[in-house]
Amino acid sequence: MSRFLVFAPLALFLALAVYFAVGLREDPTDIPSQLIDAPLPEFDLPPIQGFDEGLSSADLAGEVVLLNYFGSWCPPCLVEHPMLMQIARSGDVPIYGIDWRDAPGAGTAWLQRHGNPYTRIGDDASGRLAIEFGITGAPETFVIDRQGRVRYRHVGVITQDVWRETLRPMIEALREE
Amino acid sequence: MMRFLLLPLAVLLLTAPALARPGPDEIMEDPALEARAMVLYRQLRCVVCQSQSIGDSNADLAADMRVVVRERLLAGDSDAEVRAYLQQRYGDYVLMLPPVQANTLALWGFPIVLLVLGGGMAVFFVRRQAQREETELSAEEEAQLAALKREEGLE
Repeated sequence: MSRFLVFAPLALFLALAVYFAVGLREDPTDIPSQLIDAPLPEFDLPPIQGFDEGLSSADLAGEVVLLNYFGSWCPPCLVEHPMLMQIARSGDVPIYGIDWRDAPGAGTAWLQRHGNPYTRIGDDASGRLAIEFGITGAPETFVIDRQGRVRYRHVGVITQDVWRETLRPMIEALREE
Repeated sequence: MMRFLLLPLAVLLLTAPALARPGPDEIMEDPALEARAMVLYRQLRCVVCQSQSIGDSNADLAADMRVVVRERLLAGDSDAEVRAYLQQRYGDYVLMLPPVQANTLALWGFPIVLLVLGGGMAVFFVRRQAQREETELSAEEEAQLAALKREEGLE
């Protein structure tokens, strides 16, 4: 009995070492979305300055779309922006935008300077809708299916790899459904 | 020297939490609701700052989450309903105190297991030690001891 007990601390250490080796590799900022396979929250956002049309959840119905949360104050959004422009030019999938927590006119000026990849844009100046979406930071992108359900959320910049290996195949698969 | 350091240190420790607090424009009119809001702020995690509550953080998103807390309180939600509202949108992660459920069993159970295991081992070894002290020397050991003492000139 006591002979085995001698090895107990070592066994405990090894168990904890394995546990931490796995656990510490996880990204603590990666908070799983509660919206996956759930219907999109209903919303009706006003347009940003200089645009006539806002964005409501009804606008997204009927086809597979990307919904992108962005802000002119957000440096990673600028990094992502050329990728969104490329997707928009290719016509692969419509991208809808929500301008998050921007000062009046700031989002419009940003889009004028860098180009506008969005089919329609809603203004979430107060950030109230972002909480319905469980947003933790910009940019965040949702893949929404024909029935208006959220099927996937990508946190952070859409890189060429993310687009090629994750988003595009997923959009194609959802179109087949 | 220490005494000169202690006062500033104490001041620093006591004032730090006051640096990032809900602003004066955030105080609710009803003092009872305000008191409940202050408690809720500390129970909900700021999702961009990871280990701060929304009451401690001055991040924009934390401020937005405080707005939601006040909005739900004004709508007549109970404290549990306010927590559930944000939990539905951000998951268990948003609660500062993780709920006891299947995937947190290890988290909540492990300290108890450790306490029982460690306590058990402590009791086991102390008892064995005590038992050893009580045993008397055999006649042979007694003779050996006497021989050793004689050798050392103790007797």
